[in-house]
Amino acid sequence: MFEIVEKKDLHETICLIKVTAGLIASKALPGQFVLIRIDEKGERIPLTIVDARDGLLTLIFQKVGKTTVHLGTLSKGDSLADVVGPLGKPSEIKKYGTVVCIGGGIGIAEEYPVARAFKEAGNYCISIIGARTKSLLILEDEMRAASDELLITTDDGSYGVKGLVIDELRKIIDRGKPISLVMAVGPVVMMKAVAEVTRPYGIKTLVSLNSIMVDGTGMCGACRVSVGGKTKFACVDGPDFDAHEVDFDLMIGRLKMYLADEKRSLEEFTKKQAVHS
Amino acid sequence: MNSDKPKKKLILERQKMSRQDPLLRSKNFKEVALGYTDEEAVVEAVRCIDCKKPLCIDGCPVEIDIPGFIRLIQQRDFLGSARKLKEKNSLPAICGRVCPQEDQCEKVCLVGRKGDPIAIGRLERFAADYERRIGNVEVPKLPAPSGKRVAVVGSGPAGLTIASDLAKMGHDVTIFEALHSIGGVLRYGIPEFRLPKAVLEAEVDYLRKLGVKIEKSFVVGRLRLLDEFLMDGFDAVFVGTGAGLPYFMGVPGENLNGVYSANEFLTRVNLMKAYLFPDYDTPVVVGKKVAVIGAGNTAMDAARCALRLGAESHIIYRRSREEAPARKEEVENAQEEGVQFHFLAAPVDVLGTPDGWVRALRLIRMELGEPDDSGRRRPVPVKGSETEFDVQTVVVAVGQGPNPLVPSTTEKLEVNKKGCIVADPATGETTKKGVFAGGDIVTGGATVILAMGAARKAARAIDKYLEGEFEGKYWSPTASSSSALEQ
Ligand SMILES: Cc1cc2nc3c(=O)[nH]c(=O)nc-3n(C[C@H](O)[C@H](O)[C@H](O)COP(=O)(O)OP(=O)(O)OC[C@H]3O[C@@H](n4cnc5c(N)ncnc54)[C@H](O)[C@@H]3O)c2cc1C
Ligand SMILES: Cc1cc2nc3c(=O)[nH]c(=O)nc-3n(C[C@H](O)[C@H](O)[C@H](O)COP(=O)(O)OP(=O)(O)OC[C@H]3O[C@@H](n4cnc5c(N)ncnc54)[C@H](O)[C@@H]3O)c2cc1C
Ligand code: SF4
Ligand code: FES
Repeated sequence: MFEIVEKKDLHETICLIKVTAGLIASKALPGQFVLIRIDEKGERIPLTIVDARDGLLTLIFQKVGKTTVHLGTLSKGDSLADVVGPLGKPSEIKKYGTVVCIGGGIGIAEEYPVARAFKEAGNYCISIIGARTKSLLILEDEMRAASDELLITTDDGSYGVKGLVIDELRKIIDRGKPISLVMAVGPVVMMKAVAEVTRPYGIKTLVSLNSIMVDGTGMCGACRVSVGGKTKFACVDGPDFDAHEVDFDLMIGRLKMYLADEKRSLEEFTKKQAVHS
Repeated sequence: MNSDKPKKKLILERQKMSRQDPLLRSKNFKEVALGYTDEEAVVEAVRCIDCKKPLCIDGCPVEIDIPGFIRLIQQRDFLGSARKLKEKNSLPAICGRVCPQEDQCEKVCLVGRKGDPIAIGRLERFAADYERRIGNVEVPKLPAPSGKRVAVVGSGPAGLTIASDLAKMGHDVTIFEALHSIGGVLRYGIPEFRLPKAVLEAEVDYLRKLGVKIEKSFVVGRLRLLDEFLMDGFDAVFVGTGAGLPYFMGVPGENLNGVYSANEFLTRVNLMKAYLFPDYDTPVVVGKKVAVIGAGNTAMDAARCALRLGAESHIIYRRSREEAPARKEEVENAQEEGVQFHFLAAPVDVLGTPDGWVRALRLIRMELGEPDDSGRRRPVPVKGSETEFDVQTVVVAVGQGPNPLVPSTTEKLEVNKKGCIVADPATGETTKKGVFAGGDIVTGGATVILAMGAARKAARAIDKYLEGEFEGKYWSPTASSSSALEQ
């Protein structure tokens, strides 16, 4: 079970893996995620189901800390101890009209299944994807296929338009064509910025919140976020929420909760790796 | 010993059970209570006067033959004693450790009227441990397979109990558990120092020997719905998903960094072994000073874990010591280890640092007023009595509600106002045909033994149902047939 049958590096820091998980793959819907644990001592971390077919789950992750770095060292033929899911409420896919799908950085991987589903549901799908620099831009071809229009930004101008995804979003809004929905996934500061752009226009805006999770079933409360002044659990009430209601600052704070420990954990892991190789 | 004499000369004092030294144990996660030696157990067992009308049995939610198992300890037939226990209780090594005996069997024990009641819990634990230590766990001969399949959702005490009962009745049982590990609260909530995981493992092994199948990391309501189980060829389903939804206090600042629900704190520590970080990957952040809000078993466990992680640990409770719902023994253990108690105080605010971490609690003093619905005197805040209490970590242990995942994804499964599944206490029957429920998901947070008792009753009902001899009281045949027509 949970064997890695394919692995691809999309960038030095971004990997794609395909994992066997038949039942989960048969059930997964856009917007849902799994929690994985590499081995007995491992942490449970959430990853979006980018694609699910033929009994395989496609996961794309960025190596940011101990678990994702460790995951990046695994190869084809290795197995994961657990994959649990599909978790979270699926994104609400229906015909809205014109939707704008925004993905930033690794968030593109999370936006992709939703964009594809929007398009399949008959929406006019405008996608904006952005990254710090060209080499970090993932799934361009896939996003192009899933969109009626694709706009690309890079912070350094190495590809597409130099700037931020919200600059492109503003331009689209300025075109004056009504937008039924904006869906954004990426760094929290990006999602916050998107919310601020659409708020004055009253455009319905959804974000997928990447809070820290443990069980993913509503039991621990680790993933709690404040939405419309109420405490919600991202794993069962979300991960999609109305961007205009989310307390992003609180969320940014909570994502920093384990910084010191994470740093230590990663250091010890790299040291061990160095000894082994 | 002459059979008449000891009755006249009661041994009033119970045998002490040795425990790890408080100073030592407050720094490790090894079991606190060490259990009786054979000799101690026999001496304690001899105190039992083998009442003609043993009140202790009435005090036990699963009606263990208490004088019976104690008599076998007197006769040094320890294995026999363990087997006698298992006739009524499938998890004696667990119950002997975590049951609130002082409110159940021991409360009504006759000997308790003149001195200390018989240490029934400790003896239960002794016998069960003996069996496990000797490695002579007997698996009963199973009846011929009935050909019926039952899905058990959740692997807490309720799920474990019903799975073993139904397997012993010849049914094909599969447990579906959301976490990667079996045991429910016994696994993720109750710490190693109170319930060693090896004890739980032995129970899980026993289930496997009975032929029970176990699917871990399987979230029912997401990966598969209850209705799909029924369509997949399961003849009945038992829901024992527990009360795992953490309640918060609803005070400002509660989402600051450093504020944990007890569930998250305990799950990180116990299930994910954060106390072994960074050897294990999951961290837990514990400041120099920790405040745990509440005084139930959950609160004691959290406070004692915090202490073991090196913090100064404080319990803050809005009522007085008398109302504290935790087991007395655990309150004493906590106190001995150095947990500090603040009664009649409640947080009104969690105060933060500029970068979003907990800095202090604002506490208000409480007075006890008139008794409320629970019969306990209601705490009333004293105006103007707020003080600041510096802490870096806050653990909220003010109770938990039923997990909504299964009810919210199942049609025709009725829940009450609190979100608990409505089920007949005598049979576990729910409003949905073929679905039974028991344990905390029905009662709200209760006890291990009550969850087991409910599961036992549901096992009998399900057995009858599978034989076609169970008349559902709540199933509405009209409702289900009309929806069948719609389809
Ligand atoms: C529903 C959901 C879906 C996700 N999908 C994906 C995905 O498809 N691909 C992907 O690469 N990542 C995804 N994430 C984020 C991913 O879970 C984290 O990157 C991962 O947990 C980091 O683990 P680590 O041990 O490697 O790093 P850690 O050592 O735990 O953390 C390293 C750094 O990552 C940041 N971080 C920690 N946890 C998270 C988190 N949950 N979200 C964002 N940043 C975090 C911290 O700020 C920290 O500085 C998702 C998160 C959620 C909640
Ligand atoms: C910290 C703590 C300490 C306690 N101490 C004591 C004590 O000393 N003595 C005592 O008698 N009682 C104690 N209790 C209470 C006791 O543990 C519970 O009453 C008992 O565990 C309830 O059993 P249960 O089987 O109903 O549910 P649980 O033990 O809660 O088990 C439910 C299981 O179902 C699983 N589940 C939930 N949803 C799903 C789903 N959708 N799909 C699949 N699986 C699912 C959960 O992961 C869990 O494993 C304590 C409770 C806590 C939290
Ligand atoms: S009530 Fe006490 S003394 Fe009497 S049989 Fe039960 S345990 Fe023994
Ligand atoms: S991750 Fe535990 S409640 Fe959401």
